[in-house]
Amino acid sequence: MASLLELLKSELGASVLETHAQYGDETAVIAPEAWLAAARLLRDSPKASMEMLVDLTCVDYPDRNPRFEVVVHLLSLSKGHRLRIKCRVGDEDGDDAKIDSLTELWGSANWSEREAFDMFGVQFVGHPDLRRILMYPEFVGHPLRKDYPANKIQPLVPYREEPGLEKLPPFRADEGMPFGRQSFDRVGEDEQPLVATDQERMR
Amino acid sequence: MGELKQPSTQEVIETGQGAGFATTRLQDVLAWAQKYSLFMYPFVTACCGMEFMAVTGPRFDLARFGAEAPRFSPRQSDLLWVVGTIVQRQAPVLKRIYEQMAEPKWVLAFGTCASVGGFYDNYACVAGIDKIIPCDVYIPGCPPRPEAVLDGLMLLQDKIQSGDRRPAIVKPRFDPVAHPEMGVVTLRRGKDGAPV
Repeated sequence: MASLLELLKSELGASVLETHAQYGDETAVIAPEAWLAAARLLRDSPKASMEMLVDLTCVDYPDRNPRFEVVVHLLSLSKGHRLRIKCRVGDEDGDDAKIDSLTELWGSANWSEREAFDMFGVQFVGHPDLRRILMYPEFVGHPLRKDYPANKIQPLVPYREEPGLEKLPPFRADEGMPFGRQSFDRVGEDEQPLVATDQERMR
Repeated sequence: MGELKQPSTQEVIETGQGAGFATTRLQDVLAWAQKYSLFMYPFVTACCGMEFMAVTGPRFDLARFGAEAPRFSPRQSDLLWVVGTIVQRQAPVLKRIYEQMAEPKWVLAFGTCASVGGFYDNYACVAGIDKIIPCDVYIPGCPPRPEAVLDGLMLLQDKIQSGDRRPAIVKPRFDPVAHPEMGVVTLRRGKDGAPV
């Protein structure tokens, strides 16, 4: 079953940075320059014949350089085997994360690449319509990056400024929603509830 | 001494006994008519919608309470059901629908997500529709049981009758958190945010 990785290594040589195989689950890390060539090889080579791009996503490793890892899962419908290929892009600040788009090879890459762009800010060169797919166009930043503040919100509609609104609705533990965001669950009675107000979150 | 028992207006109307006529106030009659003829606009976005269908279906039958007719135009409806999570991207739509409704209008937050955002405490979701539009009744639950929804509707009808526009919450009839023998685990957080 290691034939796919051997095929990649023999065709691309040093562009295959790493390989990993365990229990028939194979992974290859490809250099960004060879990304499109490797994908085309995997689709067109009769030994691989990966007809289907199952998923394309991205992972943020903030301590690494290059920081992002674009992950693609491929499936061969005719041969019944799978392969995972990865590519590492972007510097420590997350800028200059550029990678070739796979839309010309698999149509299913289109929306997946838009999602990866939306959530992580990876630029897919050659994508026909690279714009946000989940978040709204006014959104600033990329929410699944690890340095995006976990509780930051960017409302489209200004929140109501009603006096006492932060206390509404006053769901306490005895009112059936102890897990709610406005939870008043606390350890000591003198401590303030550990809930950021929405004004704080919007900053 | 014999006590003079005055029948209530309700008894006079329903049984026809006592005096031959009843007096009331115009506002009371209007409120009575409004609370039993709520035209509802279901703004269903998430899984709570399944429970909403159960409530409107024949077993629990919301029609018994006068809220029978769904109107899929906000201009014809009195009661806005917000059923499910509202994301920031959808908030302008919800606000616009609320503004298109004609007075008098009421808003009902169905489920935890519509009420407080639930566990969707993230970049994408609105922490309760009351951040966007005024809300009359909150129905907690994930999703709420149909009985809780019926409680919420009756609570709203009481509020319509009394003219009270303050927000109200459907309280659970039985709170497992208050009964430690049931073994319900609730997450409590210390000052640093870590569970204790």
